[in-house]
Amino acid sequence: MPTRLSAWLKAGIPVLQKDLRVEFRTRYAYSALVMFAVTTLVTVSFSIGGATLEVDIAASLLWIILFFSAMAGLSRSFVQEEEAGTVVALKLAADPEPVYFGKLFFNVVLLFSLAALVVPLFLVLLNLTVAMPLYFLLVVAMGCLGLAGVTTILAAIVSKAGAKGSLLTVLAFPVLLPLLIGAINATRSALAGVPAAYLRPDLNLLFFYNGIAVIASLLLFEYVWNE
Amino acid sequence: MIWQVVLGLWMAAVVIASFLYVPPAVGLGELGRIIIYHVPAAWIAVLAYLMAMVNSITYLRNGDVRLDRQAKINNELGTVFCILATITGAIWSKASWGMYWNWDPRQTSIAVLLLIYAAYFVLRGAISDTDRRARLAAVYSVLAFITVPFLVFIVPRVYASLHPDYIGRGKMQIDGRMLRVFLASLAGFTGLYAWLYRIQARLETLLYRMQIKREA
Amino acid sequence: MGSGNSVNIKNLCKSYGYRKLFAGLNITVPDKSVLVVLGHNGAGKSTLLRIISGLVPATSGRVEVVLGGRVLSASERRMRMGLVSPDLELYAELTALENLEFFAGVRGIPFSREAAGELLESVGLKGRGRDYVGTYSSGMKQRLKFAYALLHDPYFLVLDEPTSNLDEQGIAMVDGVIRRQREKGIVILATNEPREVSYADQTVSLA
Repeated sequence: MPTRLSAWLKAGIPVLQKDLRVEFRTRYAYSALVMFAVTTLVTVSFSIGGATLEVDIAASLLWIILFFSAMAGLSRSFVQEEEAGTVVALKLAADPEPVYFGKLFFNVVLLFSLAALVVPLFLVLLNLTVAMPLYFLLVVAMGCLGLAGVTTILAAIVSKAGAKGSLLTVLAFPVLLPLLIGAINATRSALAGVPAAYLRPDLNLLFFYNGIAVIASLLLFEYVWNE
Repeated sequence: MIWQVVLGLWMAAVVIASFLYVPPAVGLGELGRIIIYHVPAAWIAVLAYLMAMVNSITYLRNGDVRLDRQAKINNELGTVFCILATITGAIWSKASWGMYWNWDPRQTSIAVLLLIYAAYFVLRGAISDTDRRARLAAVYSVLAFITVPFLVFIVPRVYASLHPDYIGRGKMQIDGRMLRVFLASLAGFTGLYAWLYRIQARLETLLYRMQIKREA
Repeated sequence: MGSGNSVNIKNLCKSYGYRKLFAGLNITVPDKSVLVVLGHNGAGKSTLLRIISGLVPATSGRVEVVLGGRVLSASERRMRMGLVSPDLELYAELTALENLEFFAGVRGIPFSREAAGELLESVGLKGRGRDYVGTYSSGMKQRLKFAYALLHDPYFLVLDEPTSNLDEQGIAMVDGVIRRQREKGIVILATNEPREVSYADQTVSLA
């Protein structure tokens, strides 16, 4: 298993490069992500005027934005393969696991680059100060990893189900809820500032959720990819 | 036939005993009687969802369409019992905390459980090809079940819950009569589940055969 | 099978939902030969080819792809098989060379621009390697699919309507590919063109 894992990771890199190259040329997924996130953020910021949001609400808002952005853009790479018919060529050339890793990495890159844009904007527009900046970054990174991890396999399911409208959101929301609860709670703590020990349960939750999500996806992906 | 009659009488006896034979519980008073319905309903929901996951994994391994039907039935029954557990829980909540719903972690987790399985049926409805539907629904079923431990065990532990939780938290005083009726109810619910399952399985098999005949 | 290379189709059945496409199919394709699959539209030619390439599972029965006396695993089969098919597409946002580079990368085989250029030249796409596939005509796309299928020098070549969209020179190119592949491996071809049927060492007709 470990030797195969490194072979899969290695073979996943060309898939990631290809997706990045295609994305760089079309900017389809990224613009969907960014447009959604920025419009929501600006609308909220505009409607509350100069007022400062409470930490609880600000933390939920950040994850609502990231969650729905992920829903708007992360299914693209699979749906695109299915719609363009390139899925046959890819399926014939690659084992399922490298494809999963390639798409997972691609989604992680997309979500991280979105967060790099949206999180500073979020802090500035909503006039927030972060009490524990390092923890805050860690929580955002782990939350994004989990979002990408679960959404990748669900996106593959949705692409096989004919990519019907809001199906991805319907499927993803309940499965992602434990992650979102943990991430919102940890974000609130990191914004407000609490003793580091209080963050432990949330970080554990995020860590185990991510680990289990990726392992389960890896084991199940073959059944989604091969019909 | 004899089994249905026995089951009917058994459940009737449990209902009567839960009101007449069981004394008010220590600390919970008359309210304690709801345990006799609430806990077995939740237990059957978890059992049925667990069976559905086993069916799904076996289906992915050997591709027998019968297992897909079994997984679907188990998820349906799991959802029915999950709704019953939610309703009895809400009644209990109203009587002891004053409101039907207050987003207690335990209530949150059961609501999410219902959402997950609602999504499962939405997914089934979205795919017309039978093989593909069976496969994707099985994968989702497994993924969904993996989040159940997070919802049922971890989230309520991490975030303090008002829900009484006696498992692994020392001993609770249970009246002997209460325990007897409770166990009888647990057995009755399990029997009810088995019976419903068999009816559904027969129905689904007949529908499947009818479909094949029509297509042929 | 003396040489130990063959494709054995054993009691193969495929049904979609409740509709039966074919049942009890038994064919052995020996080494260095061409199998031509015939049948009217919707008879299941493409489906049979997809099952042979391992893209679609059979309802029952199996297809054994044997190389060196050993039945290949799904992963090995991918490495040894090339497919050209109407429902296979290459990446429109990438150039032809980038497409080939990507597929060499995921297959884990070495890639050089020179070799890829020669391959493109052999399918009649000389000098077009740096153009986006999205700008290609349907005939050029069809030619590029041959470059994709031959990139890893497969032993088994599966062709579904290989000359669709092709002009005279394109058809001659396909002709050459099939002849050369027959010398060194196995070809499985689905077609209704009388001209291509003439390559057949054996034919199978799907009703």
